[in-house]
Amino acid sequence: MVPEPEFTSYYGRPVVKPAPWGDDVAVYLFLGGVAGGSALLGLGGQLTGRPTLRRNARLSALAAVSVGAVALVKDLGRPERFLNMLRTFKVTSPMSVGSWILSAFSTGTAVSAVAEIDRLSNDRLPLGPLRSVLRAVEGPAGFEAALFAGPLAAYTAVLLGDTATPTWNAGHEELPFVFVSSATLASAGLAMITTPVREAGPARTLGALGVVGELIAMRVMEHRMDPVAAEPLRQGKAGAMLKWSERLVAAGGAGTLLAGRSRAVAVASGLSLLAASALTRFGVFEAGLSSARDPRYTIEPQKTRLARRRAAGITDDSITTAG
Amino acid sequence: MGQLSGPTDPAADAHWEHSHPRKGFFTDTSICIGCKACEVACKEWNHNPQDGNLELLESSYDNTGALGASTWRHVAFVEQGRERIAEARESGRALVNLGMPPIGPPSAAPAIAPDLAEVDTTPPDTADFRWLMSSDVCKHCTHAGCLDVCPTGALFRTEFGTVVVQDDVCNGCGTCVAGCPFGVIERRRDGTVAVAAEREDQHAQHPAVPNVGIAQKCTLCYDRLVADETPACAKACPTTSIKFGDHDDMVETAKERVADLHAQGLTEARLYGANELDGVGGTGSVFLLLDEPEVYGLPPDPRVPTADLPTMYRRAGVAVVGMVAAAALAFLRGRA
Ligand code: SF4
Ligand code: SF4
Ligand code: SF4
Repeated sequence: MVPEPEFTSYYGRPVVKPAPWGDDVAVYLFLGGVAGGSALLGLGGQLTGRPTLRRNARLSALAAVSVGAVALVKDLGRPERFLNMLRTFKVTSPMSVGSWILSAFSTGTAVSAVAEIDRLSNDRLPLGPLRSVLRAVEGPAGFEAALFAGPLAAYTAVLLGDTATPTWNAGHEELPFVFVSSATLASAGLAMITTPVREAGPARTLGALGVVGELIAMRVMEHRMDPVAAEPLRQGKAGAMLKWSERLVAAGGAGTLLAGRSRAVAVASGLSLLAASALTRFGVFEAGLSSARDPRYTIEPQKTRLARRRAAGITDDSITTAG
Repeated sequence: MGQLSGPTDPAADAHWEHSHPRKGFFTDTSICIGCKACEVACKEWNHNPQDGNLELLESSYDNTGALGASTWRHVAFVEQGRERIAEARESGRALVNLGMPPIGPPSAAPAIAPDLAEVDTTPPDTADFRWLMSSDVCKHCTHAGCLDVCPTGALFRTEFGTVVVQDDVCNGCGTCVAGCPFGVIERRRDGTVAVAAEREDQHAQHPAVPNVGIAQKCTLCYDRLVADETPACAKACPTTSIKFGDHDDMVETAKERVADLHAQGLTEARLYGANELDGVGGTGSVFLLLDEPEVYGLPPDPRVPTADLPTMYRRAGVAVVGMVAAAALAFLRGRA
């Protein structure tokens, strides 16, 4: 006889459905963060006279956001209808808000990065009289991109939190902090790889701050979540990815402290930070999907919170009523 | 934008100016015989393609499995023995004893005696065995997670207070799938099914699967409602287990029915979705269940995720400020 499980379900079948999202979406979570952080570094470079950092960060932002957007479109059920995302603006839909953030971010990023490409190619882009316009707007474009950089890094956390997927939803208060920290350390890591140590000082500091932020945010999140809903973060593939992510975050973070002296150390710790961020995104992504596939993660936390409300004397808000 | 949570009239909330009464179902599972006429009628009317591979799922007489992109009505079958029946009766009694205040305007609520001590409630003998059969469907929530998170506006609130996908607008982003607390809506796959070899010829003639890559779910037969027709599933139901009508009437009928069953000592009877104070603001499809919701695959305490969206945006805002501040600090430090 099969032993009776602690909770009942309908033949062990899931209650909620996992989002039909493939790895493309996890890739986008990662690249969107890299792009956002890079735009901030680009603006910093622009304002503090670090031309190499500015150039590399702007180009990184464009590359990351372009590949990320393609991944996002590819994951749609009807990719040819991607423009329907901009058919309306809905505050209740983080996906809608995010599509507008992504569009606004991409505009400034593209303009400022094209200016860099033009400079790199010794003014060989066929711009004609537009060149002077481009030069005039690249600075403001860098500002515009940076304005939407934070929102680009953070909205994906709201996108995941605003679902019935147990593990994502249970982490909805802290997930934005995890995601911006992850974006920060990843973009800083990328800048440490692309930019000589002389100009990469701010990237190293930013990387260290991102590391501290991520280590704290992740701990607080797991601690404050319903313990059952937090389990998928520690189990299976997702658990392994998050464990490795934590190790690489720590290693990369230590690296940022030494990377001022050697480009090799800078590159190594930059790689480790990038890998850590990718693992964080894939880990959180996977944990959510697996929490949706097992009815336990939907049913148990819900029963717990219902019982807790009843114990506190709130008996009028249950979906199940006696009459 | 309307309300994100709490009691409301969803159609008015969606800025419909004329007042159609909200439509809904009352599915009384206590009289369902599990014939699946509703499943078939829904498939036929909506031209929904085959779902799955015609396998036996080893779950009593349920070989459909779950609601999904191509299954908008699903009849659940649960087999229970004496022990579980007694437990269900007990959990129902506990619910009654919570002393739930009657819901809705006082005039609409019939005189339910919440205190069963005054009625003859000698329970009938506990049966040795029972089948629970329940026809599940989209809840057409007052606060619909699917609709809230849809970025394209493909999902919309009809004048009947129901929730419908516009097939020609949806781009299959799949956000709604994760947004539904009941696991109802799903993105349709290409529907390629492996059929036994000898059926191959037949299969070759199957019509192409429509709306591939698009989110699909019960429309509460929107096309029939606009023509003043009863939804196909309700019309096909031979036992009137699926009742269709104005939402208010459905809730009232449901309350009368559960009171009747309680008076017969069947304390296992309870309503699901009839409380507008619940996490989704009440559902358009109300159910009478004979055991805990999770037994039927329903969530015990669903909450529309968007109810917490203001908090999430606030937290995200703080996180963004933190990120920008970190960047500013990094560059200022570099300058010093
Ligand atoms: S049950 Fe799910 S699919 Fe149906 S209206 Fe509610 S949230 Fe939408
Ligand atoms: S899949 Fe279609 S209906 Fe669902 S949220 Fe995306 S656009 Fe809206
Ligand atoms: S109302 Fe129409 S679409 Fe919905 S389950 Fe019934 S028959 Fe199917």
